Amino acid sequence: MAAFKETKLPASAPASQKALTWIDDRFPLSKLWYDQWGRYYAPKNFNIWYIFGSLAMLVLVLQIVTGIFLTMHYKPDANLAFGSVEYIMREVPWGWLVRYMHSTGASAFFIIVYLHMTRALMYGSYRKPRELIWLFGFAIFLCLMAEAFFGYLLPWGQMSYWGAQVIVNLFGAIPMIGPDLSLWIRGDYVVSDATLNRFFAFHVIALPLVLLGLVAAHLIALHEVGSSNPDGIEVKENLGPDGHPVDSIPSHPYYTVHDLFGASVFLLIFSAVVFFAPEMGGYFLEYNNFLPADSMKTPPHIAPTWYFTPFYSVLRATTADFMYVLMGAAAAYIVFIWLKSRLAFKTKALIALVGLVAIIGMLPQVLDAKFWGVVLFGSSVIILAALPWLDHSPVKSIRYRPDWHKYVYLVFGLAFLTLGYLGTQLPTPAFTMLSQVCTLLYFSFFLLMPWWSATGTFKPVPKRVTYHPH
Amino acid sequence: MNFSKKLIAILALVPGLVFASEGGVPLDRAPERTDLASLQNGAKLFVNYCLNCHSASAMRYNRLRDLGLNEDQIRNNLLFTADKVGAMMTIAMRPEDAKAWFGAVPPDLSVIARAKSSPAGSGADYLYTYLRSFYKDDTRPTGWNNMVMPNVQCRT
Repeated sequence: MAAFKETKLPASAPASQKALTWIDDRFPLSKLWYDQWGRYYAPKNFNIWYIFGSLAMLVLVLQIVTGIFLTMHYKPDANLAFGSVEYIMREVPWGWLVRYMHSTGASAFFIIVYLHMTRALMYGSYRKPRELIWLFGFAIFLCLMAEAFFGYLLPWGQMSYWGAQVIVNLFGAIPMIGPDLSLWIRGDYVVSDATLNRFFAFHVIALPLVLLGLVAAHLIALHEVGSSNPDGIEVKENLGPDGHPVDSIPSHPYYTVHDLFGASVFLLIFSAVVFFAPEMGGYFLEYNNFLPADSMKTPPHIAPTWYFTPFYSVLRATTADFMYVLMGAAAAYIVFIWLKSRLAFKTKALIALVGLVAIIGMLPQVLDAKFWGVVLFGSSVIILAALPWLDHSPVKSIRYRPDWHKYVYLVFGLAFLTLGYLGTQLPTPAFTMLSQVCTLLYFSFFLLMPWWSATGTFKPVPKRVTYHPH
Repeated sequence: MNFSKKLIAILALVPGLVFASEGGVPLDRAPERTDLASLQNGAKLFVNYCLNCHSASAMRYNRLRDLGLNEDQIRNNLLFTADKVGAMMTIAMRPEDAKAWFGAVPPDLSVIARAKSSPAGSGADYLYTYLRSFYKDDTRPTGWNNMVMPNVQCRT
């Protein structure tokens, strides 16, 4: 460490410059700004898909600010919670606006994050050297799901109550420790005041803290390795005489202006929902949740909020009959790995062993379908984390992949959306069948990715990014 | 098939697409809420008959100004149990008593219209149909029943 040295400015320098210099000598304020945004060189060919990162940041800030004001008036007490939400809606000045911004913001957050992840999937943003960015992002997604789940209990309506009951009971399906684990999470034998209080603590302090830390890590990692782009080209491999990538441009003011425009379009749509359709047809605020929680009355149809439904469908698809299909699929996958994979013998043997144990475990005499439903439910989320190592495509961007890859993505996207839709509906035999097909498609997309992603005729990737000045 | 035939074929399917309420009955459409006299009559009926068992504890009496009434009209005609026109629409019956007398606590009705919204219709449609769907039923201990909410306890 060099000795501290005060920067000398001429006496005639403006006061603002003197103040900034005084701070910069003691704290890297200018350096942080330049490194993280001001002179952060980003590829100049970003398209509309690259707006969702900054929008997610905007919604995060909105959620935190509105959340602080809601916390001032909300009562985390099983007897008062429902009434206090209605008190915020009717008595607190502008309370209705703050509450609707927060409830709409939750759904907006998931829409934005799903689109942000779609972008990563299309342009291979998670590929080397950006694996950690993806993992931090994945952790943010997990955190966000937990945050939404805990927050959803707080209004203490029927859906809040029974949704929490169903999800906490899932932990009960884990052999041995399950029942005690769900008891520990709930703090009571049923969802109760104790549960409400701890969920409140998680929602307003524990998870937001973790979330902010992860967002910081996500951004630091991104600004360390540099952004990807729709062409999937590493712009840092082509530096100009100034030492910066020739295909990049400082984020400020170019992307500052882009992001501000994107934010204004987003806020237009967001405001339209907040002011004119805060319930969004029962998807953003479920109708049943306007009935106070009643532990004696189970609603006929318990559906989680829309952003959980794709994964919830996977859970519901795992019926006792479906276990035989899964056993067959697991066996076929083991054979496929033995025949097609170039993995080391030891790894193959390990996969086969794990697979065989799983197949035995899937026998109805060993572990019931409910347990495997929970396993699949968890796996359907966790498997996203493995993407950087599953994708073996020689090119990053979908632009230079074989055309039929686009159909693979399309089928995956449709399967995901179908699962999402089915999760909001009452299960019928036909719907269950459809959700089982979509579950198989969903997992096949990931588990077979090492092969299909490397197959086909790839198009030549240009040396420079595709950029049309406007 | 020409266009008009197609249109007829599509329209013929429409009755099958009408959503049914939880009682299996399609909901009637509530009239537009522009008739102030009718709305004031509704407030009178609610305060006189419903507000004995059912509270609307998130609602203040003076919000009835939204129906074109002034505070004096509310105070003189609609305020039976509360002292102040800014008071909440609460009831005197205790939940324990309600449970002993009726077997269930009559729900608070502050947000009932929102809670009863569904793909079958708005909450107003539900309430409009519900209130007009009571019928005599000797098989019930109460002697009546309802099409929209079967076996309901409420006598409205």
